[in-house]
Amino acid sequence: MGYTPEMLDLIKRVEASRPERLERSRKGVDFEALTLAGREEVLNKFHPDYKPDGRRDVKVGPSKGENYPDEFVDVLEARARLLVSSAELEKLTEHKTDVLVIGGGGAGTSAALMAQENGCKVVLATKLRHGDANTVMAEGGIQGASQEVDSPYYHYLDVIGGGHFTNTPELVAALTNDAPLVIEWLERLGLMFDKNPDGRLRVRHGGGTCRKRMHSSGDMTGSAIMRVLRDESRNRAADIKVIEFSAAVEILKDSQGRAGGALFYNMETEEYFVVKAKSVVIATGGYGRLHIQGFATTNHYGATADGLVMGYRAGVPLAFMHSTQYHPTGVAFPEQNIGLLITEKVRGLGANLLNIKGEQFVFEREPRDVESACIIRECMERGNGIVTATGRVGVWLDSPMIEVLEGEGAVKRELPAKHIQFMRYGIDISKVPMLVYPTLHYQNGGLTIRDNSATNVDGLFAAGEATGGVHGENRLMGNSLLDITVFGRRAGISAAAYANEYDGEVGELNMDHVDAYHKELKEAGIETDQVAPMVLPNYTREEVMEKQLTTHYQGGIRA
Amino acid sequence: MSEAKKEIRVATGDRAILPEGTKLVPIYIMGKQYKVPETMTIQKAIEYAGYQFVRSCGCRGGICGACPTVYRIAGDYKLNFCLACQTVVQENMYLTQMPFFPANRAVYDIEKVDASAETIMQLYPEVMKCVACNTCTKSCPMDIEVMEYVNAAMRGDIAKAARLSFDCIQCGLCSSRCPAQIQHFHLAQLCRRLHAKYQVPRAEHLQPRVENIKAGKFETMLKDLVAMDEDGLRKLYVAREMEPQDSHDWQPEEKQYL
Repeated sequence: MGYTPEMLDLIKRVEASRPERLERSRKGVDFEALTLAGREEVLNKFHPDYKPDGRRDVKVGPSKGENYPDEFVDVLEARARLLVSSAELEKLTEHKTDVLVIGGGGAGTSAALMAQENGCKVVLATKLRHGDANTVMAEGGIQGASQEVDSPYYHYLDVIGGGHFTNTPELVAALTNDAPLVIEWLERLGLMFDKNPDGRLRVRHGGGTCRKRMHSSGDMTGSAIMRVLRDESRNRAADIKVIEFSAAVEILKDSQGRAGGALFYNMETEEYFVVKAKSVVIATGGYGRLHIQGFATTNHYGATADGLVMGYRAGVPLAFMHSTQYHPTGVAFPEQNIGLLITEKVRGLGANLLNIKGEQFVFEREPRDVESACIIRECMERGNGIVTATGRVGVWLDSPMIEVLEGEGAVKRELPAKHIQFMRYGIDISKVPMLVYPTLHYQNGGLTIRDNSATNVDGLFAAGEATGGVHGENRLMGNSLLDITVFGRRAGISAAAYANEYDGEVGELNMDHVDAYHKELKEAGIETDQVAPMVLPNYTREEVMEKQLTTHYQGGIRA
Repeated sequence: MSEAKKEIRVATGDRAILPEGTKLVPIYIMGKQYKVPETMTIQKAIEYAGYQFVRSCGCRGGICGACPTVYRIAGDYKLNFCLACQTVVQENMYLTQMPFFPANRAVYDIEKVDASAETIMQLYPEVMKCVACNTCTKSCPMDIEVMEYVNAAMRGDIAKAARLSFDCIQCGLCSSRCPAQIQHFHLAQLCRRLHAKYQVPRAEHLQPRVENIKAGKFETMLKDLVAMDEDGLRKLYVAREMEPQDSHDWQPEEKQYL
């Protein structure tokens, strides 16, 4: 285990240049930062969001003409799994409820809880287990203006400045206004926030904050939140029915064009079934597992953009889907940890980024997007990356410098989780550098919503990473856990209000909008075998697929 | 410069490229032999063998608890427990995964319970049957002192149970092995919630802020920001007073927006 002999040889070059780099660091001499023009040049040539290749205009649907990554356009321009008649949908109906929530992460579970509190029966359906979501992977914290020297006003400025002033203003107002309410709600539900002995919430700065408002629960804040929300929903099982391992594959509408439920696929028995509801919440998360341009991802197994495809076909325009957050330092070795996040703190503590020659090639504290682009350039254009035996390419992140700059034991003290994670594979990052490459981290865009989480389709609401606008083109740390709880709650409240005012029972449902979408595909000259939603990514090897002579793949899964 | 450019074969997504000469080792997935690359995690090796996960796969990063796995190495009596996404395969490993294990979860109203041994006894009376065999601890893939927290809960030391169980990912391996049939991870969740809600002092400073928000104190300020053009926002953004890292007793000069 650990690095291969070839890699250890290359690391000698890093060690050789280290004393001189440390000397410069002590003198406060940094690698020269890029000028604004230089930043622009490297972004345009190498950042997946900016460079023109690997992207194209989508030819159909409510956001026709927008330019998105190919992999995402592919699923938007794919065909539905199936078209089912109204009569058949009626026969497939297994559940009738007030509010249907699609997605079992933090946003969906928050929505379910609030809908229940507002007097509704809820069905929450998810294709994996309840709680298998990006929510559990969020480590850093949750923002909220809880302190006296802070307020939603300053939080608003931080969010919109961080998003390069592109954010949808009313969503930012909702996010920052509700943040302290959410913190208080979670405290009331019994979340173990980090606190001082007197009960005062401990807060820290995050990148781009003017006040300390990052709340945490150890270094697993997202997991702690998910555990509490899920536990609470189980206490309300009489009203909240959870259906796991069932993938939503289409939103269904009634004769008036209102969302009236969804069609689901049981991946184990291969049966389809329908849940009828007076209102529907899409909380299905992001698209990391589309592996845009081949990037590894920090995202969970189910992040395949299903809700975006379903919502888009139902008529909801997309916002900010041109913008994706690539974290500059994802793990490139060992293969077991591929794509996992290495916090910016490592560079903050003084570690340099180095190419195969052991040379610096970038200032370590450029903005995330610029830093990522510079690493990609170093590896792809200049050919100065280190290529691993498993076909990964990366650059060195020289963590042992931290031991010298901050004193012996600093790596273990400041980065305990990372230290353990690498030690498992025989790599002591206090002694040898880490190999890193940008990783697909967060989908900034998504379905367009208003500040009450409503979409433009009657009866259809959305929340969390599946939506776009609140973060604009760039999200600050600590605002994703906040996004899912604030807008999850708002979606639950709005969907409940809609269901409570609903006149009569849900009528016959149809897939006319899907049929119309297929016609639009045809008119646009798109012929494709691809099926969406993908449901799950397909990681089957080609050698295996070649021998699966009778197997069909529908989206990512076998059927 | 172009000479220096090498043709780089780059792996995409989660599919690795196998280097030439990679050693394949036999593993047994639910009793059936497959040869897989020796450096892979169990999770990726199962995919390599040709399986597609519908269950037993979630975050792929060691935090969701979807992929608890049990294995023995041929010739060794010892039973091992791990997460498939975090553990590298070994030669002649016989493995099975546990995508689900039935566990009884007590329903309670968090507003109507108290942080006491009585609550624990009432909701999870089987806790008292613990035989102190420590099998739960030995089976925990997160190295949690499971038996210690169960014993703490039994004594009514809910704070200790909450602290000791904090890293629990609720995979259920502990409860699958317990001769006393305890549902450790549900008990642990109860303890953490009781501790946080009833034993840790409340964040009193948050109450006035919550009341102010509910009374609409920030509505006008936020509306003004929503209506403001980019130039105006830029000016305010640049002029923000920055709270220092070491901010003991720090006060901003601008106070009308607090």
